[in-house]
Amino acid sequence: MKLDDDLKSRLQSKKILLMTHLVLGYPSFETNREVIRQMAENGVDCIELQIPFSEPMADGPVILKANQDALAQGVRVEDCFRFAEEMAAEFSQVNFLFMTYYNIVFRYGETRFLERTREIGLVGTIIPDLPPEEGESYLATSRSLELAPITFFTPTSTDERMRQVAARGEGFVYVVARRGVTGEHTEMDTGLVGYLARCHAATDLPLAVGFGIASRADVAMLEGRADMAVIGTATIRLVDEQGAGAVGAFIAGLHADEKGRER
Amino acid sequence: MKKGYFGQWGGAFIPEVLHATFVELNAEYEKARQDPAFWQEYLDLMGNYSCRPTPLTFAENLSDYLGGARIYIKREDLNHTGAHKANNVMGQGLLVRRMGKKRVIAETGAGQHGVATATMAARFGFDCTIYMGEEDVVRQRPNVFWMEKLGATVVPVTDGARTLKDAINEAFRDWVSSMDNTHYVLGTVCGPHPFPEMVAWFQSVIGIEAKKQILAQHGKMPARVYACVGGGSNAMGIFQGFFADDGVELIGVEAGGKGIDTDQHASRMCGDRAAPGVAQGYKTMFLQNDDGQMLDTHSIAAGLDYVGISPILSDLGEQGRVRFEAATDTEVLEALSLTMKKEGIIPALESAHAFVQAIKEAPDMGRDEAVIINMSGRGDKDIFTIAHAFDDPSWKEFIIDRADSYRK
Repeated sequence: MKLDDDLKSRLQSKKILLMTHLVLGYPSFETNREVIRQMAENGVDCIELQIPFSEPMADGPVILKANQDALAQGVRVEDCFRFAEEMAAEFSQVNFLFMTYYNIVFRYGETRFLERTREIGLVGTIIPDLPPEEGESYLATSRSLELAPITFFTPTSTDERMRQVAARGEGFVYVVARRGVTGEHTEMDTGLVGYLARCHAATDLPLAVGFGIASRADVAMLEGRADMAVIGTATIRLVDEQGAGAVGAFIAGLHADEKGRER
Repeated sequence: MKKGYFGQWGGAFIPEVLHATFVELNAEYEKARQDPAFWQEYLDLMGNYSCRPTPLTFAENLSDYLGGARIYIKREDLNHTGAHKANNVMGQGLLVRRMGKKRVIAETGAGQHGVATATMAARFGFDCTIYMGEEDVVRQRPNVFWMEKLGATVVPVTDGARTLKDAINEAFRDWVSSMDNTHYVLGTVCGPHPFPEMVAWFQSVIGIEAKKQILAQHGKMPARVYACVGGGSNAMGIFQGFFADDGVELIGVEAGGKGIDTDQHASRMCGDRAAPGVAQGYKTMFLQNDDGQMLDTHSIAAGLDYVGISPILSDLGEQGRVRFEAATDTEVLEALSLTMKKEGIIPALESAHAFVQAIKEAPDMGRDEAVIINMSGRGDKDIFTIAHAFDDPSWKEFIIDRADSYRK
């Protein structure tokens, strides 16, 4: 099933979906494995697996440091492919996507990178420094492989730009909730509400809202306004502070009300 | 060809949040470029504030000593703030004023671009934040002092290799939050379009002057033109004056560090450690490993200590229009000593790379031929770095005494 259809069918039984994120090899693949297990068992719908890059321009201090530490420990792109393959096979209920910067894809060979991503069972890729204008072959190859190339909406996007960008993407649109880099808090205010309404008007694809979403309250505020909440920096901080064991309860807590109703 | 591309190099690999900012910047830049009054305003400002046109000095002693080609030195060191960097920042300052923005940010390696930007900000009344790798903050303390005295905030960058590329990443991280009122004054002919083309345009003033000057002084075009290449802005500046004349050979000199067969250099076009890549918003030759992770670089000259090179120069190198050579740290110090003693001129460590190659080649050329060395900056403001590089005993003694007197 295409990713956007899969997400829409999941939305039949859930108020909002969850996408989580981790940096591969940080603090270790062992920890990644445990974190993913807890995420999967607590109903996460999508997981972004970030292949570390030495110049993560769009990331804030927490994810930046995770990238650097992973590389300092010798994490290679090949390790990331093998680990992702293992995870996709073990947790088939989760949609896995690669997130990375374009140089990793480019250096590996764009077509070969995307073919292998498809072969190992991932459903798409998120490349924040590859705008549609520079990504024509990436978009075309992704489509032909039935991979979802994720595109971005931002608060600075005009309505016209949103329509243009969404038309090039598949799967869902990653809605950047505010200006800036990952890991700073986002306030839910009337500005954000209006922005999300503009996003919905621009596309039929599901909207995944990220940047600064860290708590049940943040997720609750997105219910009815977005299709998927993206939790990035918050889980990395949690694992840093409390270890992988704390992830399950944290994820469960993000959709606590829903769970309560189900019981 | 696609806009912003030079052969297969260049482009604008920017996060979506900056799309609108670049639409605006491109529009303002195109408008300025079509407007002769803008260029005239730029020339007037540079004439009145920054000693333009800078002289082309005939280095008679050095020429006679080497016994071959006549050596001319284009004196970008005589710009205000001591380097060609002023050409770019004052130009971008005029553009910022047109865009109505009130704050500028910049990266800096050696500190020259940071000092130039802080100076421009003071002159135009902009707020100014400079990102500088923590390692460079330590290496270039005097420039940090001047930036702060000029009213800028200097932010030490503690991520990655803590050098120039990390300062660029950090400046972009600022810009994705602050773009509504802030312009990023990129310091070289790198980064996403329109920066390579725009910075090359502001720097073209060097080549325009040099061509006129060499014709007036030497009576014909030079045989060769030498420039050091970090990002490549001073090289692009002077080379543009001679593109049209195929008889003029253009030579870019990269940082050979401890040798291009070692892993301690910053040569992208010479040596075999660089490969095509996409980072910091553009596609060029980057020093990187097989996975695409950027490598650590080394040069005695902080301004050349960078993983990438202008996409325009990657293209010119590929076409064979520019020949690339590398100069080692040791050769640089020798060339610096010789130039000081023969001409009483103190090139910056960066510029001394260009001198190395000219000094190597001039003896084998005819006495009727001329070469131009682009002296991108002056070395006397780098007294701490140069004295350290020479391991000068009396200077060390002075520093120890001064430190002792501060401790009392």
